[in-house]
Amino acid sequence: MVTEVKKWQWFYRLGSPRWFYEITGRWLPWLLCAASLLLASGLFWGLLVAPPDARQGNSFRIIYLHVPAAILALVGYYIMALAGAVGLIWRIKMSFMVMKSAAPIGAALTFIALFTGAVWGKPSWGTYWVWDARITSMLILLFLYLGVLALQRAFSSAEMAYRASAILALVGTINIPIIYKSVDWWHTLHQPATLKLTSASSIHIDMLQPLIVMICGFYVFYVVALCLFTRAEIIRREATSAWVRALVSNESSR
Amino acid sequence: MARTPSFLAYVRRDVLLAYRRLGDTVAPLIFFTMVCTLVPLGLSPDPQRLSEIAPGIMWIMALLATLLSIERIFAFDFEDGSLEQLLIAPQLIALPVLAKIVAHWLVTGLPLTLLSPLLAMTLSLPTSAYPAMLLSLAIGSAYLSAVGAVGASLTVSLGRGGLLLPLLVVPLYMPIMIFGTATVFYAVDGLHWSGPLAAMGAMLCAALALCPLAAAAALRVTSA
Repeated sequence: MVTEVKKWQWFYRLGSPRWFYEITGRWLPWLLCAASLLLASGLFWGLLVAPPDARQGNSFRIIYLHVPAAILALVGYYIMALAGAVGLIWRIKMSFMVMKSAAPIGAALTFIALFTGAVWGKPSWGTYWVWDARITSMLILLFLYLGVLALQRAFSSAEMAYRASAILALVGTINIPIIYKSVDWWHTLHQPATLKLTSASSIHIDMLQPLIVMICGFYVFYVVALCLFTRAEIIRREATSAWVRALVSNESSR
Repeated sequence: MARTPSFLAYVRRDVLLAYRRLGDTVAPLIFFTMVCTLVPLGLSPDPQRLSEIAPGIMWIMALLATLLSIERIFAFDFEDGSLEQLLIAPQLIALPVLAKIVAHWLVTGLPLTLLSPLLAMTLSLPTSAYPAMLLSLAIGSAYLSAVGAVGASLTVSLGRGGLLLPLLVVPLYMPIMIFGTATVFYAVDGLHWSGPLAAMGAMLCAALALCPLAAAAALRVTSA
Protein backbone atom coordinates (compact mmCIF):
# COMPACT_ATOMS: atom_id res chain seq x y z
CA MET A 1 0.00 0.00 0.00
CA VAL A 2 2.81 2.35 0.87
CA THR A 3 4.40 1.95 -2.55
CA GLU A 4 0.98 2.41 -4.11
CA VAL A 5 0.64 5.77 -2.37
CA LYS A 6 4.18 6.73 -3.37
CA LYS A 7 3.51 5.89 -6.98
CA TRP A 8 0.54 8.24 -7.15
CA GLN A 9 1.99 10.94 -4.97
CA TRP A 10 2.98 13.16 -7.88
CA PHE A 11 -0.64 13.06 -9.01
CA TYR A 12 -2.10 13.99 -5.64
CA ARG A 13 0.44 16.74 -5.34
CA LEU A 14 -1.00 18.34 -8.48
CA GLY A 15 -3.93 19.30 -6.25
CA SER A 16 -1.68 21.86 -4.58
CA PRO A 17 -1.16 25.02 -6.64
CA ARG A 18 2.46 25.25 -5.54
CA TRP A 19 3.28 21.68 -6.54
CA PHE A 20 1.36 22.04 -9.77
CA TYR A 21 3.43 25.10 -10.57
CA GLU A 22 6.71 23.34 -9.83
CA ILE A 23 5.88 20.03 -11.53
CA THR A 24 4.56 21.65 -14.72
CA GLY A 25 7.58 23.95 -14.67
CA ARG A 26 9.75 20.85 -14.99
CA TRP A 27 7.53 19.27 -17.67
CA LEU A 28 6.96 22.33 -19.81
CA PRO A 29 10.31 22.41 -21.71
CA TRP A 30 9.84 18.77 -22.76
CA LEU A 31 6.20 19.27 -23.70
CA LEU A 32 7.11 22.38 -25.64
CA CYS A 33 9.82 20.46 -27.55
CA ALA A 34 7.39 17.63 -28.34
CA ALA A 35 4.67 20.05 -29.47
CA SER A 36 6.93 22.07 -31.77
CA LEU A 37 8.52 18.92 -33.19
CA LEU A 38 5.14 17.31 -33.93
CA LEU A 39 3.56 20.48 -35.31
CA ALA A 40 6.58 21.39 -37.45
CA SER A 41 6.95 17.90 -38.93
CA GLY A 42 3.18 17.56 -39.37
CA LEU A 43 2.93 20.88 -41.18
CA PHE A 44 5.95 20.15 -43.37
CA TRP A 45 4.62 16.71 -44.23
CA GLY A 46 1.06 17.87 -44.76
CA LEU A 47 1.71 21.10 -46.66
CA LEU A 48 4.69 20.11 -48.80
CA VAL A 49 5.05 16.33 -49.01
CA ALA A 50 1.49 15.01 -49.10
CA PRO A 51 0.00 14.75 -52.61
CA PRO A 52 -2.60 17.33 -53.71
CA ASP A 53 -6.21 16.22 -53.75
CA ALA A 54 -7.58 15.04 -57.11
CA ARG A 55 -10.53 17.45 -57.10
CA GLN A 56 -9.74 20.09 -54.50
CA GLY A 57 -6.10 20.58 -55.42
CA ASN A 58 -4.09 22.21 -52.68
CA SER A 59 -6.99 23.83 -50.84
CA PHE A 60 -7.70 20.59 -48.96
CA ARG A 61 -4.47 21.11 -47.00
CA ILE A 62 -6.30 23.37 -44.57
CA ILE A 63 -7.66 20.22 -42.92
CA TYR A 64 -4.26 19.91 -41.22
CA LEU A 65 -5.29 22.88 -39.09
CA HIS A 66 -9.05 22.56 -39.31
CA VAL A 67 -9.56 18.97 -38.15
CA PRO A 68 -7.17 19.03 -35.16
CA ALA A 69 -8.58 22.38 -33.99
CA ALA A 70 -12.14 21.07 -34.23
CA ILE A 71 -11.26 17.88 -32.34
CA LEU A 72 -9.48 19.75 -29.56
CA ALA A 73 -12.31 22.30 -29.35
CA LEU A 74 -14.75 19.50 -28.53
CA VAL A 75 -12.37 17.52 -26.33
CA GLY A 76 -11.46 20.77 -24.59
CA TYR A 77 -15.06 21.36 -23.58
CA TYR A 78 -15.19 17.98 -21.90
CA ILE A 79 -11.82 18.59 -20.22
CA MET A 80 -13.18 21.89 -18.93
CA ALA A 81 -16.41 20.34 -17.67
CA LEU A 82 -14.57 17.40 -16.12
CA ALA A 83 -12.19 19.71 -14.29
CA GLY A 84 -15.19 21.72 -13.10
CA ALA A 85 -16.94 18.57 -11.87
CA VAL A 86 -13.83 17.42 -9.99
CA GLY A 87 -13.64 20.86 -8.42
CA LEU A 88 -17.29 20.85 -7.38
CA ILE A 89 -17.29 17.32 -6.01
CA TRP A 90 -13.94 17.18 -4.21
CA ARG A 91 -13.64 20.93 -3.65
CA ILE A 92 -10.20 21.13 -5.23
CA LYS A 93 -9.24 24.70 -6.04
CA MET A 94 -6.55 23.61 -8.48
CA SER A 95 -9.17 21.83 -10.56
CA PHE A 96 -11.21 25.03 -10.88
CA MET A 97 -8.09 26.86 -12.07
CA VAL A 98 -7.62 24.27 -14.82
CA MET A 99 -11.28 24.67 -15.77
CA LYS A 100 -10.99 28.43 -15.97
CA SER A 101 -7.87 28.16 -18.14
CA ALA A 102 -9.51 25.66 -20.50
CA ALA A 103 -12.29 28.08 -21.46
CA PRO A 104 -10.34 30.70 -23.49
CA ILE A 105 -8.21 28.01 -25.17
CA GLY A 106 -11.30 26.06 -26.19
CA ALA A 107 -13.05 29.18 -27.46
CA ALA A 108 -9.98 30.10 -29.54
CA LEU A 109 -9.76 26.59 -31.02
CA THR A 110 -13.47 26.62 -31.87
CA PHE A 111 -12.99 29.94 -33.60
CA ILE A 112 -9.98 28.59 -35.53
CA ALA A 113 -12.03 25.58 -36.63
CA LEU A 114 -14.88 27.81 -37.82
CA PHE A 115 -12.55 30.29 -39.52
CA THR A 116 -10.47 27.69 -41.37
CA GLY A 117 -13.71 25.97 -42.37
CA ALA A 118 -15.03 29.21 -43.86
CA VAL A 119 -11.75 29.87 -45.70
CA TRP A 120 -11.84 26.35 -47.13
CA GLY A 121 -15.55 26.63 -47.94
CA LYS A 122 -15.13 29.59 -50.30
CA PRO A 123 -13.10 27.80 -53.02
CA SER A 124 -14.71 24.39 -52.42
CA TRP A 125 -18.40 25.18 -51.85
CA GLY A 126 -18.41 28.68 -53.35
CA THR A 127 -19.51 30.27 -50.09
CA TYR A 128 -17.98 31.14 -46.74
CA TRP A 129 -20.94 29.98 -44.74
CA VAL A 130 -23.63 27.35 -45.07
CA TRP A 131 -26.02 26.17 -42.36
CA ASP A 132 -24.50 22.73 -42.36
CA ALA A 133 -25.16 20.56 -39.31
CA ARG A 134 -21.56 20.32 -38.18
CA ILE A 135 -20.82 24.01 -38.77
CA THR A 136 -23.93 25.04 -36.85
CA SER A 137 -23.02 22.73 -33.96
CA MET A 138 -19.55 24.25 -33.82
CA LEU A 139 -21.06 27.74 -33.76
CA ILE A 140 -23.30 26.76 -30.84
CA LEU A 141 -20.23 25.27 -29.13
CA LEU A 142 -18.53 28.65 -29.50
CA PHE A 143 -21.58 30.28 -27.88
CA LEU A 144 -21.37 27.80 -24.99
CA TYR A 145 -17.69 28.65 -24.49
CA LEU A 146 -18.47 32.38 -24.62
CA GLY A 147 -21.19 31.89 -21.99
CA VAL A 148 -18.72 30.21 -19.63
CA LEU A 149 -16.15 32.96 -20.27
CA ALA A 150 -18.71 35.71 -19.66
CA LEU A 151 -19.94 34.10 -16.45
CA GLN A 152 -16.38 33.72 -15.15
CA ARG A 153 -15.79 37.42 -15.58
CA ALA A 154 -19.12 38.53 -14.11
CA PHE A 155 -18.44 37.65 -10.47
CA SER A 156 -16.29 39.72 -8.18
CA SER A 157 -15.62 36.70 -5.96
CA ALA A 158 -13.23 34.27 -7.64
CA GLU A 159 -14.57 31.31 -5.69
CA MET A 160 -18.15 32.05 -6.79
CA ALA A 161 -17.04 32.50 -10.39
CA TYR A 162 -15.29 29.12 -10.34
CA ARG A 163 -18.29 27.26 -8.98
CA ALA A 164 -20.93 29.01 -11.08
CA SER A 165 -19.04 28.52 -14.34
CA ALA A 166 -18.35 24.88 -13.43
CA ILE A 167 -22.11 24.29 -13.06
CA LEU A 168 -22.73 26.01 -16.40
CA ALA A 169 -20.03 23.91 -18.08
CA LEU A 170 -21.65 20.74 -16.75
CA VAL A 171 -25.10 21.79 -17.97
CA GLY A 172 -23.50 22.47 -21.35
CA THR A 173 -21.92 19.02 -21.38
CA ILE A 174 -25.33 17.36 -21.12
CA ASN A 175 -26.57 19.61 -23.88
CA ILE A 176 -23.77 19.08 -26.40
CA PRO A 177 -25.02 15.66 -27.61
CA ILE A 178 -28.60 16.98 -27.66
CA ILE A 179 -27.52 20.02 -29.67
CA TYR A 180 -25.49 17.91 -32.06
CA LYS A 181 -28.31 15.40 -32.62
CA SER A 182 -31.02 18.03 -32.98
CA VAL A 183 -28.99 20.14 -35.41
CA ASP A 184 -28.10 17.02 -37.38
CA TRP A 185 -31.78 16.11 -37.60
CA TRP A 186 -32.73 19.69 -38.48
CA HIS A 187 -30.11 19.72 -41.21
CA THR A 188 -31.49 16.62 -42.89
CA LEU A 189 -34.91 18.26 -42.67
CA HIS A 190 -34.00 21.59 -44.23
CA GLN A 191 -30.90 21.24 -46.35
CA PRO A 192 -30.69 19.47 -49.67
CA ALA A 193 -27.89 16.94 -49.35
CA THR A 194 -25.82 18.44 -52.12
CA LEU A 195 -22.87 19.50 -49.99
CA LYS A 196 -21.03 16.60 -48.52
CA LEU A 197 -17.72 16.55 -46.78
CA THR A 198 -15.54 13.67 -47.87
CA SER A 199 -16.00 11.11 -45.16
CA ALA A 200 -13.01 10.51 -42.94
CA SER A 201 -12.58 6.87 -43.87
CA SER A 202 -12.21 7.65 -47.57
CA ILE A 203 -9.10 9.79 -47.03
CA HIS A 204 -5.96 8.43 -48.66
CA ILE A 205 -3.29 7.04 -46.36
CA ASP A 206 -0.67 9.56 -47.59
CA MET A 207 -2.93 12.39 -46.48
CA LEU A 208 -4.03 10.65 -43.29
CA GLN A 209 -0.55 10.12 -41.81
CA PRO A 210 0.38 13.83 -41.54
CA LEU A 211 -3.12 14.50 -40.21
CA ILE A 212 -2.55 12.06 -37.36
CA VAL A 213 0.79 13.73 -36.60
CA MET A 214 -0.95 17.11 -36.54
CA ILE A 215 -3.71 15.82 -34.24
CA CYS A 216 -1.08 14.48 -31.81
CA GLY A 217 0.77 17.79 -32.09
CA PHE A 218 -2.40 19.72 -31.26
CA TYR A 219 -3.03 17.51 -28.23
CA VAL A 220 0.45 18.23 -26.84
CA PHE A 221 0.09 21.90 -27.76
CA TYR A 222 -3.24 21.96 -25.90
CA VAL A 223 -1.56 20.57 -22.78
CA VAL A 224 1.20 23.18 -23.07
CA ALA A 225 -1.32 26.01 -23.46
CA LEU A 226 -3.43 24.68 -20.58
CA CYS A 227 -0.34 24.50 -18.32
CA LEU A 228 0.72 28.04 -19.22
CA PHE A 229 -2.76 29.51 -18.65
CA THR A 230 -3.15 27.59 -15.39
CA ARG A 231 0.28 28.73 -14.16
CA ALA A 232 -0.70 32.32 -14.83
CA GLU A 233 -3.97 31.77 -12.95
CA ILE A 234 -2.06 30.24 -10.01
CA ILE A 235 0.20 33.25 -9.77
CA ARG A 236 -2.80 35.57 -9.94
CA ARG A 237 -4.76 33.72 -7.25
CA GLU A 238 -1.85 32.92 -4.96
CA ALA A 239 -0.23 36.32 -5.30
CA THR A 240 -0.34 36.91 -1.55
CA SER A 241 1.14 33.55 -0.56
CA ALA A 242 4.73 33.29 0.68
CA TRP A 243 5.99 31.00 -2.08
CA VAL A 244 4.78 33.26 -4.90
CA ARG A 245 6.36 36.27 -3.20
CA ALA A 246 9.62 34.36 -2.87
CA LEU A 247 9.38 33.34 -6.51
CA VAL A 248 8.81 36.91 -7.67
CA SER A 249 11.60 38.35 -5.52
CA ASN A 250 13.98 35.67 -6.85
CA GLU A 251 13.01 36.55 -10.41
CA SER A 252 13.47 40.26 -9.90
CA SER A 253 16.78 39.97 -8.00
CA ARG A 254 18.26 37.84 -10.75
CA MET B 1 -39.55 21.98 13.72
CA ALA B 2 -41.82 24.03 11.54
CA ARG B 3 -43.95 22.23 9.02
CA THR B 4 -42.35 22.46 5.58
CA PRO B 5 -44.76 23.85 3.02
CA SER B 6 -45.89 21.48 0.31
CA PHE B 7 -45.07 21.70 -3.37
CA LEU B 8 -48.48 23.12 -4.22
CA ALA B 9 -48.16 25.78 -1.57
CA TYR B 10 -44.96 27.00 -3.24
CA VAL B 11 -46.65 27.07 -6.64
CA ARG B 12 -49.64 28.95 -5.24
CA ARG B 13 -47.41 31.46 -3.51
CA ASP B 14 -45.49 32.27 -6.69
CA VAL B 15 -48.59 32.50 -8.87
CA LEU B 16 -50.18 34.79 -6.30
CA LEU B 17 -47.06 36.98 -6.21
CA ALA B 18 -47.08 37.17 -10.00
CA TYR B 19 -50.74 38.17 -9.89
CA ARG B 20 -49.94 40.96 -7.42
CA ARG B 21 -47.30 42.24 -9.85
CA LEU B 22 -49.66 42.09 -12.78
CA GLY B 23 -47.81 44.72 -14.80
CA ASP B 24 -44.57 42.74 -14.76
CA THR B 25 -46.39 39.51 -15.49
CA VAL B 26 -48.30 40.80 -18.49
CA ALA B 27 -45.32 42.62 -20.03
CA PRO B 28 -43.89 39.52 -21.81
CA LEU B 29 -47.30 38.81 -23.32
CA ILE B 30 -47.61 42.35 -24.64
CA PHE B 31 -44.05 42.08 -25.96
CA PHE B 32 -44.96 38.82 -27.70
CA THR B 33 -47.96 40.46 -29.37
CA MET B 34 -46.12 43.64 -30.34
CA VAL B 35 -43.11 41.93 -31.87
CA CYS B 36 -45.38 39.64 -33.87
CA THR B 37 -46.90 42.81 -35.29
CA LEU B 38 -43.47 43.96 -36.40
CA VAL B 39 -43.10 40.98 -38.71
CA PRO B 40 -45.75 41.90 -41.32
CA LEU B 41 -44.60 45.52 -41.11
CA GLY B 42 -40.97 44.61 -41.63
CA LEU B 43 -41.27 41.73 -44.09
CA SER B 44 -44.47 41.74 -46.05
CA PRO B 45 -48.22 41.71 -45.36
CA ASP B 46 -48.67 39.05 -48.04
CA PRO B 47 -50.60 36.15 -46.37
CA GLN B 48 -48.83 33.58 -48.53
CA ARG B 49 -45.36 34.66 -47.41
CA LEU B 50 -46.45 35.16 -43.81
CA SER B 51 -47.92 31.69 -43.52
CA GLU B 52 -44.63 30.20 -44.70
CA ILE B 53 -42.63 31.74 -41.90
CA ALA B 54 -45.34 31.94 -39.21
CA PRO B 55 -44.24 28.82 -37.24
CA GLY B 56 -40.68 30.11 -36.96
CA ILE B 57 -41.80 33.63 -36.05
CA MET B 58 -44.16 32.37 -33.35
CA TRP B 59 -41.46 30.23 -31.84
CA ILE B 60 -38.72 32.88 -31.90
CA MET B 61 -41.05 35.42 -30.31
CA ALA B 62 -42.17 32.98 -27.61
CA LEU B 63 -38.50 32.28 -26.87
CA LEU B 64 -37.67 35.98 -26.60
CA ALA B 65 -40.70 36.66 -24.42
CA THR B 66 -39.61 33.88 -22.07
CA LEU B 67 -36.08 35.30 -22.00
CA LEU B 68 -37.51 38.65 -20.93
CA SER B 69 -39.31 37.19 -17.96
CA ILE B 70 -37.02 34.37 -16.87
CA GLU B 71 -34.79 36.67 -14.83
CA ARG B 72 -37.69 37.32 -12.43
CA ILE B 73 -38.02 33.67 -11.47
CA PHE B 74 -35.60 34.24 -8.58
CA ALA B 75 -34.90 37.99 -8.69
CA PHE B 76 -37.75 39.18 -6.44
CA ASP B 77 -37.13 36.44 -3.90
CA PHE B 78 -33.44 37.31 -3.91
CA GLU B 79 -34.15 40.99 -3.32
CA ASP B 80 -36.57 40.56 -0.43
CA GLY B 81 -34.51 37.84 1.25
CA SER B 82 -36.99 34.99 0.98
CA LEU B 83 -34.57 33.10 -1.28
CA GLU B 84 -32.04 33.11 1.55
CA GLN B 85 -34.69 31.74 3.92
CA LEU B 86 -35.36 28.99 1.41
CA LEU B 87 -31.67 28.11 1.22
CA ILE B 88 -31.14 27.86 4.97
CA ALA B 89 -34.32 25.82 5.52
CA PRO B 90 -33.59 22.18 6.40
CA GLN B 91 -35.00 20.67 3.22
CA LEU B 92 -34.26 19.81 -0.39
CA ILE B 93 -34.07 23.03 -2.42
CA ALA B 94 -34.76 21.32 -5.72
CA LEU B 95 -38.44 20.90 -4.86
CA PRO B 96 -39.25 24.60 -4.33
CA VAL B 97 -37.14 25.33 -7.43
CA LEU B 98 -39.31 22.94 -9.42
CA ALA B 99 -42.36 24.71 -7.96
CA LYS B 100 -40.95 28.02 -9.16
CA ILE B 101 -40.45 26.59 -12.64
CA VAL B 102 -44.05 25.34 -12.70
CA ALA B 103 -45.31 28.70 -11.44
CA HIS B 104 -43.25 30.55 -14.05
CA TRP B 105 -44.73 28.39 -16.77
CA LEU B 106 -48.24 29.00 -15.43
CA VAL B 107 -47.82 32.78 -15.59
CA THR B 108 -45.81 33.09 -18.86
CA GLY B 109 -45.63 29.89 -20.92
CA LEU B 110 -49.28 28.95 -20.58
CA PRO B 111 -50.67 32.45 -21.36
CA LEU B 112 -48.28 32.67 -24.33
CA THR B 113 -49.61 29.36 -25.60
CA LEU B 114 -53.21 30.45 -25.14
CA LEU B 115 -52.48 33.74 -26.89
CA SER B 116 -50.76 32.09 -29.84
CA PRO B 117 -53.86 31.13 -31.92
CA LEU B 118 -54.81 34.80 -32.06
CA LEU B 119 -51.40 35.78 -33.41
CA ALA B 120 -51.23 32.72 -35.65
CA MET B 121 -54.46 33.92 -37.22
CA THR B 122 -52.99 37.35 -37.97
CA LEU B 123 -49.93 35.63 -39.50
CA SER B 124 -52.25 33.44 -41.61
CA LEU B 125 -51.03 30.13 -40.24
CA PRO B 126 -53.22 27.34 -41.69
CA THR B 127 -55.82 26.29 -39.11
CA SER B 128 -54.84 22.64 -39.52
CA ALA B 129 -51.54 23.47 -37.78
CA TYR B 130 -53.16 24.97 -34.66
CA PRO B 131 -53.19 21.79 -32.51
CA ALA B 132 -49.52 21.18 -33.32
CA MET B 133 -48.64 24.79 -32.51
CA LEU B 134 -50.54 24.78 -29.22
CA LEU B 135 -49.00 21.51 -28.05
CA SER B 136 -45.47 22.40 -29.16
CA LEU B 137 -45.64 25.81 -27.48
CA ALA B 138 -47.10 24.35 -24.28
CA ILE B 139 -44.39 21.69 -23.97
CA GLY B 140 -41.64 23.91 -25.34
CA SER B 141 -42.34 26.87 -23.06
CA ALA B 142 -42.20 24.55 -20.03
CA TYR B 143 -38.76 23.45 -21.23
CA LEU B 144 -37.75 27.09 -21.68
CA SER B 145 -38.81 27.83 -18.08
CA ALA B 146 -36.89 24.83 -16.71
CA VAL B 147 -33.63 25.51 -18.57
CA GLY B 148 -33.99 29.24 -18.05
CA ALA B 149 -34.19 28.66 -14.30
CA VAL B 150 -30.63 27.30 -14.38
CA GLY B 151 -29.39 30.44 -16.11
CA ALA B 152 -31.39 32.66 -13.77
CA SER B 153 -30.00 30.90 -10.70
CA LEU B 154 -26.44 31.42 -11.95
CA THR B 155 -26.92 35.15 -12.50
CA VAL B 156 -29.35 36.01 -9.69
CA SER B 157 -26.80 37.78 -7.49
CA LEU B 158 -25.26 39.79 -10.35
CA GLY B 159 -27.90 42.49 -10.36
CA ARG B 160 -30.42 43.48 -12.96
CA GLY B 161 -30.15 44.63 -16.50
CA GLY B 162 -27.38 42.26 -17.49
CA LEU B 163 -27.20 40.77 -20.94
CA LEU B 164 -25.48 37.79 -19.41
CA LEU B 165 -28.55 35.60 -18.87
CA PRO B 166 -29.56 35.41 -22.57
CA LEU B 167 -25.93 34.68 -23.42
CA LEU B 168 -26.00 31.64 -21.13
CA VAL B 169 -29.37 30.16 -22.02
CA VAL B 170 -29.90 30.89 -25.73
CA PRO B 171 -27.44 28.15 -26.85
CA LEU B 172 -29.31 25.73 -24.58
CA TYR B 173 -32.64 26.81 -26.12
CA MET B 174 -31.62 25.96 -29.67
CA PRO B 175 -32.49 22.22 -29.68
CA ILE B 176 -36.02 22.70 -28.35
CA MET B 177 -36.65 25.42 -30.92
CA ILE B 178 -35.58 23.13 -33.73
CA PHE B 179 -38.09 20.49 -32.66
CA GLY B 180 -40.77 23.05 -31.79
CA THR B 181 -40.76 24.75 -35.18
CA ALA B 182 -40.42 21.36 -36.92
CA THR B 183 -43.62 20.14 -35.21
CA VAL B 184 -45.56 23.10 -36.60
CA PHE B 185 -43.92 22.92 -40.04
CA TYR B 186 -44.80 19.23 -40.25
CA ALA B 187 -48.42 20.03 -39.40
CA VAL B 188 -48.50 22.78 -42.05
CA ASP B 189 -47.21 20.32 -44.65
CA GLY B 190 -49.79 17.74 -43.57
CA LEU B 191 -47.23 15.27 -42.21
CA HIS B 192 -47.40 13.29 -38.97
CA TRP B 193 -46.07 15.67 -36.37
CA SER B 194 -46.07 13.35 -33.38
CA GLY B 195 -42.37 12.50 -33.89
CA PRO B 196 -40.79 15.88 -33.11
CA LEU B 197 -43.44 16.45 -30.45
CA ALA B 198 -42.41 13.21 -28.74
CA ALA B 199 -38.78 14.35 -28.86
CA MET B 200 -39.85 17.58 -27.18
CA GLY B 201 -41.72 15.63 -24.51
CA ALA B 202 -38.61 13.55 -23.83
CA MET B 203 -36.49 16.68 -23.55
CA LEU B 204 -39.02 18.24 -21.18
CA CYS B 205 -38.95 15.15 -18.93
CA ALA B 206 -35.15 15.25 -18.78
CA ALA B 207 -35.16 19.00 -18.12
CA LEU B 208 -37.74 18.73 -15.34
CA ALA B 209 -35.66 16.01 -13.69
CA LEU B 210 -32.24 17.66 -14.00
CA CYS B 211 -32.74 21.43 -14.14
CA PRO B 212 -34.11 21.84 -10.58
CA LEU B 213 -31.03 20.01 -9.27
CA ALA B 214 -28.64 22.18 -11.31
CA ALA B 215 -30.49 25.36 -10.38
CA ALA B 216 -30.52 24.40 -6.69
CA ALA B 217 -26.77 23.77 -6.77
CA ALA B 218 -26.23 27.09 -8.55
CA LEU B 219 -28.37 28.97 -6.02
CA ARG B 220 -26.27 27.55 -3.18
CA VAL B 221 -23.17 28.90 -4.92
CA THR B 222 -24.31 32.29 -6.14
CA SER B 223 -26.59 33.53 -3.40
CA ALA B 224 -24.85 32.05 -0.40
